[in-house]
Amino acid sequence: MIRQWLNQAALVFVAIVLVSPAILFFIWMISLSLKLEIDNSSYPPILIPTKVTWDNYIQVMQSNRFVQYFVNSLIVTGSATLLGLLVGVPAGYGISRMKAMKAAFVVLIARMTPGLSYLIPLFLLFQWMGVMGTLLPQILIHLVITVPIVIYIMISYFDTTPMELEEAAIIDGAGRWQVFRHVALPIAKPGIAVSLILAVIFSWNNFAFGIVLAGRETRTLPVAVYNMISYDQLSWGPLAAAALVVTLPVLLLTMFAQRQIVAGLTAGAVKGG
Amino acid sequence: MVDASVRTSGLDGVTPAKPATREWRPPTYWPFVVPAVLVVGGVIVFPWVFTVWMSLQGWKVGEPSRFVGLSNYARLFTDARFIDATIHTIIYTVLAVVLPLVLGVFAALIFHAKFPARGFLRGLFVMPMMATPVAIALVWTMMFHPQLGVMNYLLSLVGIPAQLWIFHPATVIPSLVMVETWQWTPLVMLILLGGLAAIPTEPYESAQIDGATQWQMFRFITLPMLAPFILVAAIIRSIDAVKSFDIIFAMTQGGPGNASETINLYLYSVAFVYYDVGYGSAIALVFFLLVVALSVLLLYLRRRTQWMELGTS
Repeated sequence: MIRQWLNQAALVFVAIVLVSPAILFFIWMISLSLKLEIDNSSYPPILIPTKVTWDNYIQVMQSNRFVQYFVNSLIVTGSATLLGLLVGVPAGYGISRMKAMKAAFVVLIARMTPGLSYLIPLFLLFQWMGVMGTLLPQILIHLVITVPIVIYIMISYFDTTPMELEEAAIIDGAGRWQVFRHVALPIAKPGIAVSLILAVIFSWNNFAFGIVLAGRETRTLPVAVYNMISYDQLSWGPLAAAALVVTLPVLLLTMFAQRQIVAGLTAGAVKGG
Repeated sequence: MVDASVRTSGLDGVTPAKPATREWRPPTYWPFVVPAVLVVGGVIVFPWVFTVWMSLQGWKVGEPSRFVGLSNYARLFTDARFIDATIHTIIYTVLAVVLPLVLGVFAALIFHAKFPARGFLRGLFVMPMMATPVAIALVWTMMFHPQLGVMNYLLSLVGIPAQLWIFHPATVIPSLVMVETWQWTPLVMLILLGGLAAIPTEPYESAQIDGATQWQMFRFITLPMLAPFILVAAIIRSIDAVKSFDIIFAMTQGGPGNASETINLYLYSVAFVYYDVGYGSAIALVFFLLVVALSVLLLYLRRRTQWMELGTS
């Protein structure tokens, strides 16, 4: 009995040790963002602020067009995710039902390719089209992230949904489209949720595409935060506040949708860069 | 939810595709795939074809292009900065695969056991993986600050002298790998957790009857059964580590000097700082082939272990 209790206590202890780098990091991040500049620039570092202040957040919100960049991020991630689902869900269905392994392999290659290498040709193409300076280039290039994630997850999802219902519907005279719309799609809802969550996260987090394609008006949040580094090297408070604002949406999503994220990630679709 | 091993194996053609009745064959499903083919053609295939063509051109943005054959590729062999970048990429990738794998196996074993608040702690453990890389890079940069950073303070508590971390050529890559390990060990843990859940309990029961120690059970049952999952984690981690960009770029821009410049960062400089798109395209293609070769090698290893599994069982 005591032995078992000790065993449990030891496990909890080791688990806390394992988690501590993550906990310490996020606590430190929050602490930096809530401290006065004088506390942030003192050594030894102060973890618990002498005075908690929201000034850093207010300063970030008021300066650097932060709200505009937030909206830019919403538009880019939202559009790229919706287009990704619109195109990727039927494609995943088609590929799964046709057992088109070669098509699946192309999707896999797209997932392996360094994202940056798409940028040179597409950059030139966007310049030639005259759409630089709008959000369109970023929405289009984020499809490189969202479409493969969605297709990849949907293939493995549709592979595991039973065919019997669909066959029955076909025998009853339903067309392919009707079968997809009324039979396959409702069953695939959890898979679609997984695709949506991961597409949102990886599109939201993307930095490399934005750093090349975004102008002053069209920055997304990660790019805006990066630009703050050179803009304001020594004010740690606002920098930490900005960093927290950027990553808060995905952290909240992670907390609420952990189970789905685990399912999606272990299905093989991973980060987009 | 379906078991991870079934879901991941779908694309490798390992699960035999059972041909259904004739009516279920193509081309009837093509309409579903057409939009994706157009998009993939536009944003994935077209760029590659264009990149191959560009890599044969001497072309800087703003200047007319001219055909130069393979000279962009020849230039790679004498470009000291490219050779350095390749070495950095190899070191970075090896470290950023091995460390998360070792830690991930350990973490998976711990989180597979049952204890109070397991779900909650695991949730905290997974959080770094989803955090925006630029945001965490920014905070890590502050933590690595030589004078005011909390990392040197923590070291001073245990009597280790202050380090320059990302500000010194000798410590910059290990410091970056630390951040990468911090962020991506959870992914390895999750994949292996799926693997541990798939191991049957019978071998452990009979081993226990035979009087095996905990270590023996780990060494001769858990580890071999986990091997295919470790390999999957290694594949995913290698592909991601070799093309790591956000963290390195945001924290060091490849510096100090060029001490942390990987191929991906050098590619960025050539293409978007010097606007040398011809040479940049050549680097992009070589880099792409490197990643594909790595993936194919690892996938091949995976096939082999699966075959061995089938052969021995």
